[in-house]
Amino acid sequence: MTKATLQALLSHWWRNPLQLFTLLAGLALATALWSGVQAVNAEARASYDAAATTLGEGQYDRLVRRDGQPMAQDTYITLRRAGWLVSPVVQGRLNGVRIVGIEPLTAPGGIGPVAPQEGADAARFLSGEGQLFGNADTASRLPEQAFVITPEAAPGTAVTDIGVAQRLLDRQGQIDTLIVLSGQPMGQPPLADIAPDLARQSAQGGSDIARLTDSFHLNLTAFGLLSFAVGIFIVNGAIGLAFEQRRPVVRTLRALGVPLRGLVVLMGAELMLFALIAGGAGVALGYVVAALLLPDVAATLRGLYGADVSGTLQLRPVWWLSGLAIALGGTAVAASGALYQLAQMPLLAAAQPRALAMAAGKRARFQGIVALGLLCAAGILMATANGLLSGFALLATLLIGAALALPLVLDRVLAGLSRLAKSMTAQWFWADTRQQLPGLSLALMALLLAMAANVGVSTMVSSFRLTFTDFLDQRLASELYVEVEDTAQLAALVDFASPRADAILPIQSAEVMIADQPTEVFGSRDHATYRDNWVFLENTAAAWDRTFDGEAILINEQLARRSGLSIGGVVQVQGQAFPIVGVYGDYGNPIGQAVIGEDAFVRLFPQVIPRRFGLRMDPAAVPGFVQELEEKAGIPATQSVDQAQIKAISLAIFERTFTVTTALNVLTLAVAGFAILMSLLTLATMRVPQLAPVWAMGLTRRQIGWLELMRAMMLAVLTAIVALPLGLALAWALLAVVNVAAFGWKLPMYLFPLDYARLGFFALLAAALAALWPARRLARTPPADLLKVFSNER
Amino acid sequence: MLLRVTDIHKTYQTADGPFAVLRGIDLTLEAGETLALTGESGSGKSTLLHLIGGLDTPDAGQIVLQDQDIAALDDAARAALRRGIVGVVFQQFNLIPSLRIADNIAFQARLAGQHDAAWVKTLTDRMGLSAQLSKYPEQLSGGQQQRVAIARTLAPKPRLVLADEPTGNLDEATAAIVMDLMLELVSEAGAGLLMVTHSEALASRMSRRLHLKAGRVA
Amino acid sequence: MNVKMLLLMCWMPFAAQAQGFAGLGTQVEGFSVPQPDPTFDFPADHGPHNDYRIEWWYLTANLKGADGTDYGLQWTLFRSALAPEAGAGWAAPQLWMGHAAVTTPGNHYVSERFARGGIGQAGVTAVPFAAWIDDWELSGDWNTLQMRAGGPEFAYDMQLTAEGPLIFHGDNGFSEKSAAGQASYYYSQPFFAIEGILQLPDGDIAVTGNAWLDREWSSQPLADNQTGWDWFSLSFDSGAKLMGFRLQQTDGVNFTSATWISPEGEATPYSDGALQAVPLAVNDADVPVRWQVTLPDKGVDVTVAAINDNAWMTTSVPYWEGPVTVRGTHAGIGYLEMTGYD
Repeated sequence: MTKATLQALLSHWWRNPLQLFTLLAGLALATALWSGVQAVNAEARASYDAAATTLGEGQYDRLVRRDGQPMAQDTYITLRRAGWLVSPVVQGRLNGVRIVGIEPLTAPGGIGPVAPQEGADAARFLSGEGQLFGNADTASRLPEQAFVITPEAAPGTAVTDIGVAQRLLDRQGQIDTLIVLSGQPMGQPPLADIAPDLARQSAQGGSDIARLTDSFHLNLTAFGLLSFAVGIFIVNGAIGLAFEQRRPVVRTLRALGVPLRGLVVLMGAELMLFALIAGGAGVALGYVVAALLLPDVAATLRGLYGADVSGTLQLRPVWWLSGLAIALGGTAVAASGALYQLAQMPLLAAAQPRALAMAAGKRARFQGIVALGLLCAAGILMATANGLLSGFALLATLLIGAALALPLVLDRVLAGLSRLAKSMTAQWFWADTRQQLPGLSLALMALLLAMAANVGVSTMVSSFRLTFTDFLDQRLASELYVEVEDTAQLAALVDFASPRADAILPIQSAEVMIADQPTEVFGSRDHATYRDNWVFLENTAAAWDRTFDGEAILINEQLARRSGLSIGGVVQVQGQAFPIVGVYGDYGNPIGQAVIGEDAFVRLFPQVIPRRFGLRMDPAAVPGFVQELEEKAGIPATQSVDQAQIKAISLAIFERTFTVTTALNVLTLAVAGFAILMSLLTLATMRVPQLAPVWAMGLTRRQIGWLELMRAMMLAVLTAIVALPLGLALAWALLAVVNVAAFGWKLPMYLFPLDYARLGFFALLAAALAALWPARRLARTPPADLLKVFSNER
Repeated sequence: MLLRVTDIHKTYQTADGPFAVLRGIDLTLEAGETLALTGESGSGKSTLLHLIGGLDTPDAGQIVLQDQDIAALDDAARAALRRGIVGVVFQQFNLIPSLRIADNIAFQARLAGQHDAAWVKTLTDRMGLSAQLSKYPEQLSGGQQQRVAIARTLAPKPRLVLADEPTGNLDEATAAIVMDLMLELVSEAGAGLLMVTHSEALASRMSRRLHLKAGRVA
Repeated sequence: MNVKMLLLMCWMPFAAQAQGFAGLGTQVEGFSVPQPDPTFDFPADHGPHNDYRIEWWYLTANLKGADGTDYGLQWTLFRSALAPEAGAGWAAPQLWMGHAAVTTPGNHYVSERFARGGIGQAGVTAVPFAAWIDDWELSGDWNTLQMRAGGPEFAYDMQLTAEGPLIFHGDNGFSEKSAAGQASYYYSQPFFAIEGILQLPDGDIAVTGNAWLDREWSSQPLADNQTGWDWFSLSFDSGAKLMGFRLQQTDGVNFTSATWISPEGEATPYSDGALQAVPLAVNDADVPVRWQVTLPDKGVDVTVAAINDNAWMTTSVPYWEGPVTVRGTHAGIGYLEMTGYD
């Protein structure tokens, strides 16, 4: 019995290969979209983490020789014996591999090979031939060395003991950098007394950028979430169609005596087999997609770190598993609903079409209530969401609510349009479109989500980029930044630069507690640089005047949010009260910050000597100035930073982010377009009986084909109209709720109408391409097939 | 006694309130006997057929088939009944479109585990389907399709054949040929036949007839 | 590989078989093993014995400020060898670990250092005597010593003057640690007078007191069923001193050993069972901080109580080490060390 039933069930697919293809392709695409985004995300994160942790870059101050040359190992011993807790690092290249030698007993935690593991042996690492930690690719480039393979290691980097590194690089007795550990002992002598040729480099710069890239990852994660939603809709649609198409067969089988339970089990098993096959194909496809996208991601991160980031993918088991889990889970969810319906379906349903229609009406009402409930919840969350969890809940309720509401909204709109219709053809067109809506609604939901995701993510990324560019202009307004080490250099700089630069702006700060928040207070010199470039989130009149006069204070957004302070509030700094006259955006900064006038700062913090200066000058004069500064004032070029460099690197990151986002946008739209194509193809075969009377009444087949195409595009346009506000709401949730919860600052939201128009055009194009083939097929339906509709009628 | 139906009641819920389709039907059928069920549309004759076929369950009353009360059976047992003992010929043929004619004919016998190749060959030949075996249902005419459906129903050698307007979708000439074949084969198999029809001509060819009116035997 | 994991691997080189406290119950091939009837050679034996796996220079001091406040101080340098040789450069198989602490009645300040041997960052030389790791140092001729150490919240600078002879524990310096014969070489200088300055977050404090310097080396000092120890160094008001330890065993039986030191510096060793130490009360972390210590042969029955219950050494291998007061048949002060409680 099982064999005969299985034969009957499977023979359906052989006779209808297109339907089988729809099902498998739908499943595979959904899986591919999901696993592709996950792969890009995971790989980018892994590379980024590895790069960041290899040397704890940005976390610790470092000591280097002023002249950039390596220092003698004795310098390390001298510093340690003087009570300076530093750890030596030597670096170099061997056979294309970056060798990093660390001293594990003194290095801060979290540096070097990620974790002790099998193969890690202290005695072997520290003495004898030594051990190198690196990924398999790195190990293959140094076949003669004893490697411990750590897949998460930074690409092209091998970490080993400093003694081993010195030997491999033939640099015995040399050290490049000393990492300055936190928690230095009391009574330490000044660096200048023990090692005058060393300079201390502060860790500041790196961590800000790291914070910003976290936002980039959040962006990708949000995209993964959305692609998941699109994927689930497609899976659901594919499964739903597979069941719908076989409903008559199922009924016949039951009438012929196949028990319901056996049928449900067989169909479930069949679907799970398909899910496994399609899921496997989908993961492989996702891998290809990710591999194509990854060079961009890798380039993005390489631009950021200037370090090697792997441009190739590692096939991580977790992708296979999560990809297959999505395929199987999505199929199971979709199939359980369909199977439940199948079990509930009366054996004689065909005899009671009215009952089915009533059930459909009931379902539409239920769907409407759920959609309304979800959208109401989203509305409440919009007003109240304040954490990461509620932020993501907001995203979910918005998305699902809107998707569920879409068919109902479209149905109402179409009903309204049909009332406006004048001609008979138009009336038939609207009525027929309404009738088709249920069959297309899942594909349209997928299109809605894809478009909304694109609008949302594009808005977020573009807003981010604009904000960041403005922020860079504001913060890196000076053409040159110079760091001095002592009062002698300070005097030399001022003497040398005063006649040559337009302005010398000291960057001096002190750490204090303001409203119980750790805060860095800056004392700024009155200059147009600040007045022209800084953008306030809110401010009172003459905010800069009052600040430079020393009577008022400006605070950053982080401090304002955490302390609940705003304009009109008063804070205490070193016992002096300052009214707040402005709040400014401070993207990427983890702690509070405040600005007071230079005079007030000097009065309150007399012990602070300015170490960094921003110099305003003609950008073209910068290189010459730096060279002269070294030659004539004795301030090494290593202490000067040309801001154009910093800015260029930072902006490059976001250009790359853009490339990746665009690629993903196109991909999601393509998948949604495919869903439309498949739905239309499926509907096409059922549509012959519906179209035959219209044809008989005088519309040509060509006209019918055109109308089919118009219908698909019109539905796409309507969906796009719904998608735009949804996408903007999504962007708002990402920028104003999720980002605040994750990073503590709110990103201003900008609108990009041209981008949206382009997206709308793409969506229309996708819908048109999807509808083209089915429309052509309809236009070429042989008249005999149309006639058969009448001859075959009961 | 092959079949005994006692005081069957069935009510459907409709948008206009409950509607009593059957209000106390009694009938009996012996093996080899043929019975026509006639009546106007809505008189409940199709419903009665579905109940006897185990496709639906009565609200009250007894349907005893070969000494078994089928109203008391669960879904799996009723499915088993449909596979082997009762065969149903539908008005709309209900062939499996993805299977070839040969597989469609043998399908139910295989389901029931009562496949008899010689008997299937006899059926195929007598129905004049030998040339169509490797075709698909959509390639056959309506009359041919109904002959496939009848052959399929008779293949497992059921004790009781239920037919619901089996020739309703066919033209008169084709209907007459199909009907002749069905009556012949049912009688050869020694099965009982219960046929719903509103054709006087057909009804007159049966050994007995029962006329339903508003859910009661008239 | 973070420092702590590396350290644990160093101190427990054979993790799979690691036994006892910090791997001290592990026998390692190639290293020398202490033998009975030792002959010491000074000043050479104040220096390192690289063919033994572990060794320490361990100084504790009971101090008093001008206002009578009790303080405790610790300066310790541990040597751990990966192989029984001195070696040179980064490849030298000698690893060094320093612990320094200051205990006040209300606070306990701890600092820890690590260094590789062979590069000069840490080491010990016998002539002239100097033991150092980074800026921490203990140096002099053993009649007088200078000592300094510090961490982010404390520092100290001390001068020590010996007022009595070296004391050899066990059988002339061969100190048995178990019934199975595990042993170490163990001698002390318990007669140091100490004075100097403690730098604490609240300011500098001038202090004076007594210090006790232990020297011990071995390759497998504990039996494999011994999981920790409780060690007492008590200085009575009478001028006499008592060193005693109790080794905790997994079989529930404890192994004890003691040395009675007369005010003149005559040592009387006591083997297993003569000394009894019984916990009386524990602190919040279930570490016993009050003990009853008895040595009936000398009429000793005293209660030993921590000055600060929370003298927990939050080092890579954590333990408890702090100053105590002594009451009962004999009054005095001392130091208590407890391991195997974490």
